[in-house]
Amino acid sequence: MADVTLTVDGKKVTAPAGTLLIEACKTVGIEVPSFCYYPNLSLQGACRMCLVKIEKMPKLQTACTTVIGEGMIVTSDSEEIKQARKSMLELLLGNHPLDCPVCDAGGECELQDMTFTYGAAESKFMEAKNHKDEQQWSPVVFFDRPRCILCYRCVRVCGEGMDVWALGVQNRGVSSVIAPNREDHLECEECGMCIDICPVGALTSGAYRYKTRPWEMKHVGTICTHCGDGCKTTLGVRRADTGMEIVRGDNRDKSGTNGDFLCIKGRYAFDFANHEDRLTQPLIRQNGKLSPATWEEAFELIGKTFAEIRDSDGGAKIGVIGSTRTTNEEDYLLSKFARVVLKTNNVDHHRTADFPALASALRGKEGATASMAEVFTAPAILLIGNDPTEQHPLLAWQIRNNVRLHRARLYVINSNSIKLRRQATSFVQIEPGMEGQAAAFLAGSDAAADTLANSSTKKEEWIALRDKLRGEQNLVIVFGSEIVGDGLAKLVKFGSAISGAKFVCLADYANSRGAADMGLYPDLLPGYHSIVGNSQFHQEWGEIPQAAGLDLPGMVEAGKAGQLEALYVVGSNPVGRLDIDPFTFSKSFVVVQDMFLTETAVIADVVLPAANAYEKSGTFTNTCGDLQLVKKAGEVTGTKSDFEMIVRIADAMGFEMRKLVPFGGGTRADMGQSRGAQSGEADRHAVWLEAHGLEPKMSPFDPTAILDEIQRLVPGYDVSRVNLLSGNSEHTSLAEAGTSAAHKPESVSPANDSLFSSGTLGRYSRALNSVSESHEVKTAEVSAD
Amino acid sequence: MVPHYPTKRSALVPTLLYAQDEVGFLSDEVIAELAGRLDLTELEVRNVISYYSMLTTKPRGKFNVQVCTNISCLVRGGEEILQHCAKKLGVGHKGTTPDGLFSLEEVECIGACSWAPAAQVNYDFHENLTTEKMDKVLDECRMKA
Repeated sequence: MADVTLTVDGKKVTAPAGTLLIEACKTVGIEVPSFCYYPNLSLQGACRMCLVKIEKMPKLQTACTTVIGEGMIVTSDSEEIKQARKSMLELLLGNHPLDCPVCDAGGECELQDMTFTYGAAESKFMEAKNHKDEQQWSPVVFFDRPRCILCYRCVRVCGEGMDVWALGVQNRGVSSVIAPNREDHLECEECGMCIDICPVGALTSGAYRYKTRPWEMKHVGTICTHCGDGCKTTLGVRRADTGMEIVRGDNRDKSGTNGDFLCIKGRYAFDFANHEDRLTQPLIRQNGKLSPATWEEAFELIGKTFAEIRDSDGGAKIGVIGSTRTTNEEDYLLSKFARVVLKTNNVDHHRTADFPALASALRGKEGATASMAEVFTAPAILLIGNDPTEQHPLLAWQIRNNVRLHRARLYVINSNSIKLRRQATSFVQIEPGMEGQAAAFLAGSDAAADTLANSSTKKEEWIALRDKLRGEQNLVIVFGSEIVGDGLAKLVKFGSAISGAKFVCLADYANSRGAADMGLYPDLLPGYHSIVGNSQFHQEWGEIPQAAGLDLPGMVEAGKAGQLEALYVVGSNPVGRLDIDPFTFSKSFVVVQDMFLTETAVIADVVLPAANAYEKSGTFTNTCGDLQLVKKAGEVTGTKSDFEMIVRIADAMGFEMRKLVPFGGGTRADMGQSRGAQSGEADRHAVWLEAHGLEPKMSPFDPTAILDEIQRLVPGYDVSRVNLLSGNSEHTSLAEAGTSAAHKPESVSPANDSLFSSGTLGRYSRALNSVSESHEVKTAEVSAD
Repeated sequence: MVPHYPTKRSALVPTLLYAQDEVGFLSDEVIAELAGRLDLTELEVRNVISYYSMLTTKPRGKFNVQVCTNISCLVRGGEEILQHCAKKLGVGHKGTTPDGLFSLEEVECIGACSWAPAAQVNYDFHENLTTEKMDKVLDECRMKA
């Protein structure tokens, strides 16, 4: 739109026509205070804090609802305006309890900040304050009515942003009150967005309330360890007897790809880290029982046994199962360790999407994958399969708000009437399992339309839909694990005919994409290079066994036949999650690295207590292929990162360390204190060093040494390091990926997690458990009557 | 009624009034029914009901006696009319007689200042009231019942 020029406080401001005055002021650094105004939510004009003087207008105007006009002369700060704002604050404080010393929001409260700014500490009101008791609306949402200033941000974010509409306003005037949808409790997606967006302490979090004060925590923005969307969550950590305890997760750091959004898992489900069942000592099986041991004993035993098996019977007798929640560096290291140190290609992980097929289909196509940010800006989106609201909450948010704010066209093909159909331009329901047929039809097979046509959608309607999709440009095609193998290739064929079309392949765990990209496959090296041949990895890594190894089902078969002498499981629970008979590996020497005694860990001969993704540094690649930095927030004494453990095992096997991790060669640096009050300083120093390419990499446990190798060798990962270290996401590309080998599409098994579950990890989160219990009880009540 | 409005939800307030006249009050069933018909959540319907004092979710008497005590009526004796009704019916503000015949309500301006004091019984206005006149109004109601 054409630009409009106006004057604010003597400064010339130019902004596109249609811009709100409050936003135009922001662009030149003039802050107009407001409570009710929130970017990208509907306008409310309720709080009257943003009053400004506009020449030729008789009264003070609200900057949040005024659209800028040519030649407007605005004053944002004068005695009159100050007085008006002060009076508004006085009214807001009329019933406000002023319990700041015990309020969760104290120290990060917008009302507090305003009161300090405008000095409305004294009040003319003599009347007794109108007190109402606090209410608990759900296991994670509490509401303290008197603190509420009725800005309606929570109501709008819940309705417009989340499409949940669980909050409303009851009564009017002085007795207005925010109300939940079920009389005294909430029935919602429990995302906690209402708590985050509350400018005061009216809505507080069950997980955090009354635990600590904001200034007593250190705030670390890192990537969530649950689903594959890669939201940034800010973890508030505090010193504890056992190291650094995570006490809060929220969206304070809005710099992530998720912007304002965070779901229940990113916000509350960090508590598995503080679970009392955490392992903090290595365990070795002695006389049939797992007994505590020292790290040295454990590494020595593992190193000796692995080396013996490799040297006597060959590496092919050893199996390796990697994780979908460990960092790229750890996945890469594990892939390399298996091939180079253990001499085995028996490497696999829990596959939740067919990334090899995607890489193969997109080979040579530049810019063919969409980033999470692009899902929010694309003019049109096609969604086949999956239920993003449950399994990919950020993706659902991006789609929903793209439709709401940019009027994107959404086409949904699904076997269920998923919630996103409410935003859809076109929704087509198909029989379960027909997603591949839909892809074939879109790719041009009219025969497929006959099988797809059903009572609700006739063949002509399918053809009309395809024509409409073909007419789109820059279409983003999002698909779930229903589309694999051949179906995936067909879908890519269809998309490739559309100008600017991009793909998003949905996988379920935080670093499922990373595990695939880093080559946790029996027949693939990092970057989808075939195990056979002469890739850059063959040249750099040295000798790699040439025959494709066993995949997970293959390892199970070998275990049953007594052919698998050792199994090394890193951060995975195949026995519990993939329904494997626990006695399968009774003849194998099993080593498990995990946080808890999972179904897999209890059958192990050695269990090593692992740190989780919130307790280490590295990078994650989300399901779209966005590479992001994982920062260490918490710490539990007695655990080690998987990275360190892999390195220590290689060392115990007598492997030359520099061949595995290219450390050293950096500068010597004083890193300062890493703990306590000055710890932030050391971190800043480290960040500065890293940003200038001076990372010390003084130890073989430094994952950035491996990140160097990943960026150098893995195709598509050669992205801006400075941008990555600054906390931004960097989109990787599959265009240069290796020619991947044929894959078994049936090996893809979705995690089927809901909003309130998260694989094995979710079982150890009290917050998730309490919420899902509260939801279950209610459904039982309903079915009873 | 829905087609008369540009968006479905706009029909809510008139629909609520019709439903209230028919059922007597806005029961949970009514709320659920209207929410379904207008594509709203029950919460949204309840929000609107709680905003307007003329809408009620509790059963009222057959005759809803609304006595104005706003400024014009106040200076012309509205308060006495209200007290008189309260005494006669034996219920206070927002009360309902045990026989379910009358409800009493003290209301703000009903736009009949020129003929103050005024009261409204259901949709009928009664103006220039005195206690005697009010008695007559109430007695007539009782006769009708």
